[in-house]
Amino acid sequence: MSHFKELFDTYNWDFSLKSIFDKTAVEVEQALVKDKLDLEDFKALISPAAKPFLEEMAHKSQLLTKKRFGNTMQMYVPMYLSNECQNICTYCGFSMTNKIPRRTLTDAEILKEVAFLKAKGYDHILLVTGEANKTVGVAYIKNAIQLIRSQFSNITIEVQPLDQDEYELLVENGLYAVLVYQETYHRDEYKKHHPKGKKSNFDYRLDTPDRLGKAGIHKIGLGALFGLEDWRADSFFTALHLKYLQKTYWKTKYSISFPRLRPHSGGLEPKVEMTDSDLVQLICAFRLFDEDIELSMSTRESEIFRNHIVNLGITSISAESKTNPGGYSVAPQSLEQFEISDERSTAEVVQMLKNQDLEVVWKDWEHFR
Amino acid sequence: MSQKLKIADKEFTSRLFTGTGKFSSSHLMKEALLASESELITVALKRVDVANEEDDILSHLNHNHINLLPNTSGVRTAKEAVFAAELSREALETNWVKLEIHPDPRYLLPDPIETLKAAEELVKLGFVVMPYIHADPVLCKRLEEVGVQCVMPLGAPIGSNKGLKTVDFLEIIIEQSNVPVIVDAGIGAPSHAAYAMELGADAVLVNTAIAVSQTPVAMAKAFKMAVEAGRMAYEAKLAPRSEMAIASSPLTSFLS
Repeated sequence: MSHFKELFDTYNWDFSLKSIFDKTAVEVEQALVKDKLDLEDFKALISPAAKPFLEEMAHKSQLLTKKRFGNTMQMYVPMYLSNECQNICTYCGFSMTNKIPRRTLTDAEILKEVAFLKAKGYDHILLVTGEANKTVGVAYIKNAIQLIRSQFSNITIEVQPLDQDEYELLVENGLYAVLVYQETYHRDEYKKHHPKGKKSNFDYRLDTPDRLGKAGIHKIGLGALFGLEDWRADSFFTALHLKYLQKTYWKTKYSISFPRLRPHSGGLEPKVEMTDSDLVQLICAFRLFDEDIELSMSTRESEIFRNHIVNLGITSISAESKTNPGGYSVAPQSLEQFEISDERSTAEVVQMLKNQDLEVVWKDWEHFR
Repeated sequence: MSQKLKIADKEFTSRLFTGTGKFSSSHLMKEALLASESELITVALKRVDVANEEDDILSHLNHNHINLLPNTSGVRTAKEAVFAAELSREALETNWVKLEIHPDPRYLLPDPIETLKAAEELVKLGFVVMPYIHADPVLCKRLEEVGVQCVMPLGAPIGSNKGLKTVDFLEIIIEQSNVPVIVDAGIGAPSHAAYAMELGADAVLVNTAIAVSQTPVAMAKAFKMAVEAGRMAYEAKLAPRSEMAIASSPLTSFLS
């Protein structure tokens, strides 16, 4: 099997969802005592039947995280390079039809943003763009990486899916990781939320981690956007995707993120609500499913939620994020992609982590080539 | 008093080597490492900012008795490992390197082929090479032949705290080796460390078990004592084990 799509096509959304809801307390208990969990165990842990076991899951998740990652938390920060976009996505502030001022940072503006973030202590950076191949295509991204490479040990991107040779070019130029979320694994719903633009091609997006694996990327970030469809089924398919990738591209590291729909310009109300309790259940389920996986938490979530979740399985966290190009120092008042929830400064988040006896890790990568 | 351990041109009183990852703060790391009395402390190059003299980890390890052992964690090939070693030699002014090549990011299992290639190259470049490897007796002899100064076979996967899962192979390695054998990875309790030393290992390297314990400083002391006890027991020669009970009043004593 050389593509995840071949495996994915053997699964049915409705059947998978029903099998999650059919899980029993006994199956949850069995999953909780196992050392190596399979996909059926994962289904049990994200099922409604697991709700009464949430505290037990949280304890085990905390223990496993501590064992594998110690008392540490990695810091990263996003930097939005452009809000130009040729896609229509029903849930995104950058959507082509939204009448917002568009901006793509120049070299000088990028360096101004970098100076601001370096002064805060960041060494791991996430570069974000909309999907506008003519203005922010691979040449623009490569230039941005070259421009900032000497200042960051770890450069990650979250941009439009690219071809394998384009990823190879970026890896050669110092790219460490790529985050690419499927948004939803529900093929029909995906189409409804992405009616126009290159992103409407479900299969091309689904195949992106395969292209990344073949290009020899160091880390791939996976996830679904919670609110578009049933979070349990989307999480199951994320786990299926993860397991396939780990076996196929065994030299690559993986991370999972848990974005919930946030308010934004031209906003879409979530179709499916994912409560705080659901999100805790899911994070713990992923930790129990795979004790080595990196789990990431953005500023989409509230201060209170983040204060607690850093001890339940999360291993990397952002702070003080701006989701508009130039938002830190160049154009602080411009329109954001979505509203962040935790608005504390980097120093405040760092202090919160230290208060919980967590060592803040700024640097954990080096390009040895 | 145990004989000192000699690796390359350095002598070590302590046979407990330690690591710097996973502590809740650099201050606690320092306190625990001082309590361990370890004289060789490995530090991941990918974690430190070698250009910065104020680096949080490095600045806490600035003690006369501490020798820094930079490791190449994060590299996936021999070529990257050689680059990393050269970087560390220049930045940290040491030609000692713990060679770690693990292309598998989940279990961090070492790549034997790339490790052997890198070791050969690094020895030629004048490094004191300490390779982290599987408990593979043949690989240990091959590494010895290319000139490494010790071998560091694993007891179990890194960070697993499972103890000596490779004991049968460690025994062969210890029996055959002409260079010091340092059991690295998997040691999760002082009893595991003592056991490795009783087997005849020359030293052990411990990180997670100290860093992640409830009280790292006390645990570091416990490991120090366990390593000393294990070494003392090895040097005192353990009493032979037997599957059968041997009566303290021998059955054949009447013959004399």
